[in-house]
Amino acid sequence: MRESITNTTTQAEAAPAAAPAPKPKRPKPKSMIMLGEQTNALFENARLAKERGEKVGWSASIFPQEIAETLGLNILYPENHSAGIAARHQADPFLQECEGSLGYSNDLCAYAKVNLAYASVLNGESEVELPDGGKMVKPDFLLLTNNICNQLTKWYENLARQMNIPIFFIDTCYNPFDYVTETRVRYVRAQIDQLIQDLCAFTGKTWDEERFKEVMKISQRNSYLWERANNLMDHKPAPIGGFELFNYMSAMVCNRGKTSSTAVLEQLNAEIEENIKKGTSTFPVEEQYRISWDGIACWPYLSHNLRTLKKYGINMVASSYGKAWAIEYEDLDGMARAYCFASTNGDNATTMISRRMEALKKFDCEGTIYHVNRSCKVMDCQMMEVQRQLSRQAGVPFTSFDGDQADYRNYSEAQFETRIQGLVEVMQQNKEAKNNG
Amino acid sequence: MADLNQNLALLKAACENPKARLDYYLSQGKKVIGCFPPYTPEELVHASGMVPMGLWGGHAELKLVKSYLPAFACPIMQSNMELALNGAYEGLSAVIIPAMCDTLRCMTQNWRFGVTSIPMIPIVYPQNRTSPASVDYLISEYETVLTMLSTITGNMMNEKALCESIDVYNEHHALMREFDRLANDHLDVIDPKVRHAVHKSAFFYEKSEHNAILREIVEELKKLPIHRWAGKKVVLAGITCEPDELLDIFAENRIAVVADDLAQESRQYRTDTPAKGGGGLKRLALQWNDRYGCSMIHELGKPRGEMLVKLCRENGAQGVISCMMKFCDPEEYDQPYYEADLRKADYPYVAIDIDQQNASYEQIRTRVETFCEML
Repeated sequence: MRESITNTTTQAEAAPAAAPAPKPKRPKPKSMIMLGEQTNALFENARLAKERGEKVGWSASIFPQEIAETLGLNILYPENHSAGIAARHQADPFLQECEGSLGYSNDLCAYAKVNLAYASVLNGESEVELPDGGKMVKPDFLLLTNNICNQLTKWYENLARQMNIPIFFIDTCYNPFDYVTETRVRYVRAQIDQLIQDLCAFTGKTWDEERFKEVMKISQRNSYLWERANNLMDHKPAPIGGFELFNYMSAMVCNRGKTSSTAVLEQLNAEIEENIKKGTSTFPVEEQYRISWDGIACWPYLSHNLRTLKKYGINMVASSYGKAWAIEYEDLDGMARAYCFASTNGDNATTMISRRMEALKKFDCEGTIYHVNRSCKVMDCQMMEVQRQLSRQAGVPFTSFDGDQADYRNYSEAQFETRIQGLVEVMQQNKEAKNNG
Repeated sequence: MADLNQNLALLKAACENPKARLDYYLSQGKKVIGCFPPYTPEELVHASGMVPMGLWGGHAELKLVKSYLPAFACPIMQSNMELALNGAYEGLSAVIIPAMCDTLRCMTQNWRFGVTSIPMIPIVYPQNRTSPASVDYLISEYETVLTMLSTITGNMMNEKALCESIDVYNEHHALMREFDRLANDHLDVIDPKVRHAVHKSAFFYEKSEHNAILREIVEELKKLPIHRWAGKKVVLAGITCEPDELLDIFAENRIAVVADDLAQESRQYRTDTPAKGGGGLKRLALQWNDRYGCSMIHELGKPRGEMLVKLCRENGAQGVISCMMKFCDPEEYDQPYYEADLRKADYPYVAIDIDQQNASYEQIRTRVETFCEML
């Protein structure tokens, strides 16, 4: 059920003064139940594989998973796992352990810090209680790409030494130009060919070309469905609350090559379409403003972010982040090119700006909220220029706030609220100017 | 031929006023290319008939850069960007930026849009060096750099020039290594500040000129009687160990630097370009594959701890000073492992924060004094 904001003099005053009476929780949509089952299956299958003596891997989130999927390997994803721990407010003991006994700097990526401490527990070197009972089973090998950032390379180097396990590495190389150079494609393609051989030799599995084609097809279908679900946000009002899409990312990050993701995403698309048909939305208040969210979710404060945005009727209809997993290609060279170009973190400012411009237009965004994610230098160190240019080109205001993808210490509720209030004032003025011609 | 003190003073002066060196080359009608740290392919600039000059930041009041970088970005990059934005680098024909870490990736773009008067040439080194395809990829990166350099000179470098430049650089590596070895017999003359100046000045000289000065320094050092150093001896690890105020603290505590693993200093000189293996570009790509022990180059096994232990043993050092560049994530990932390896080998170490914008060194002074007592 949707609630509307009382229309008073200013948006700030429109916010409820006292905490509203608790509402009955909306029942979980079927797609979320399916997603939960898929996540449980991912961890359970890895545990069972480990019990059978099979090798289990940990992987960077935008690794060409098609290879491991074809070989039927069980792969877990540390970035996704750390995000989950942070979102459940369980990161603190891991951060303390990492910066304490393990001797790492506070400056490092909080996903890495949580995971390095978790790995240390699995390795019998630390004694932090694992809130999930150790479902992220100890890996026998690592799958690494640096299309997201270079910190991943260092993080995985450390895991490899800590647990004395091999790394299978696809170096995608940063793109300083506006396209992926052919020499990059050839370099990455050669690494993929080598990876197939090396993984087969290490795991004792056999490569099956037919299965590979099938997995590519499934991955393509899933990328299409994911992109489609994101694109349906162009309806006005948007059929769901944009933050809900963050929940489905695990279907793309951890299960991109699986038919279970196809089922989840088909269901999600159907639910979104149903809302469009009925003219309803899961966004709990009337959509006053449509914004784009830049950067990784601030997982430890997702509910505070959402609560604050909801106060002003702000729905996040576009995100620069989630769509990084909509990886489209037709053949192996295309796959190499696609993985070089997947994450905008690996692309130059021109590409970043053009992708964001496209999204701002397509989804008719009225503003951008930029998460200055303390964990993520690769985002933060060029985002000021990107936002400046983007705002100028699109004529859309932006605001930023300090936060972190997993370290709860790097956020201020008051700052977030003030920044959003400021953005709303500008968006409101723009709206009025537009309405007055 | 200048005497030892004159030559050392010359190199020190170059470090104190790099702008004068830039103006000197410009007055000679030379074109100068700014080289961001680390591992810019200077040989390509040299072979193209231009002078490569290192850009390693410096003290600057950070104002303009705040529109480009957050406060938690690398101090060298903060300072390079600030200096560029306030016009200190005018005169350079271009800069080369190797995208070695996440901040450097972004610097290619910040420079491109923020410093439009000086063209930016990017290079992205391969990190999966066990892949044979990495060599061809790197050659193509070098070719892109060369093409962009040729737009400045109007001429393409030739193979002969490249091979000659590689020889000049290999000779430079050898001379720097020889200087470091000889310096350890003359720690009364080559104190931490002098040693640093000899290393750093290389960024402000055309390398055959630096070679000529180094040859004289080496010859003069050979003539001096061996000095038995009664103070402490350490190895430095990290990206840089400067400014001089910091090195003064070592000298005050009778600490001599007998070897280093600094990106600004010895890391560059460990690995020669092989004499054979193909054309100049391929040989340079093979040199990249031979480089080791650097936080910014992917390697398995975290080998730096073992390497530092070896450096201590070979040079009679009693401990290691870990010079942690603030906000340098590649170094921060290596630190726990090399510290653990040093601990295991019974070599004491201390970590000090390196920040070019530091105004006070009192905290570091206390740490160094305590460390000195431990030694």
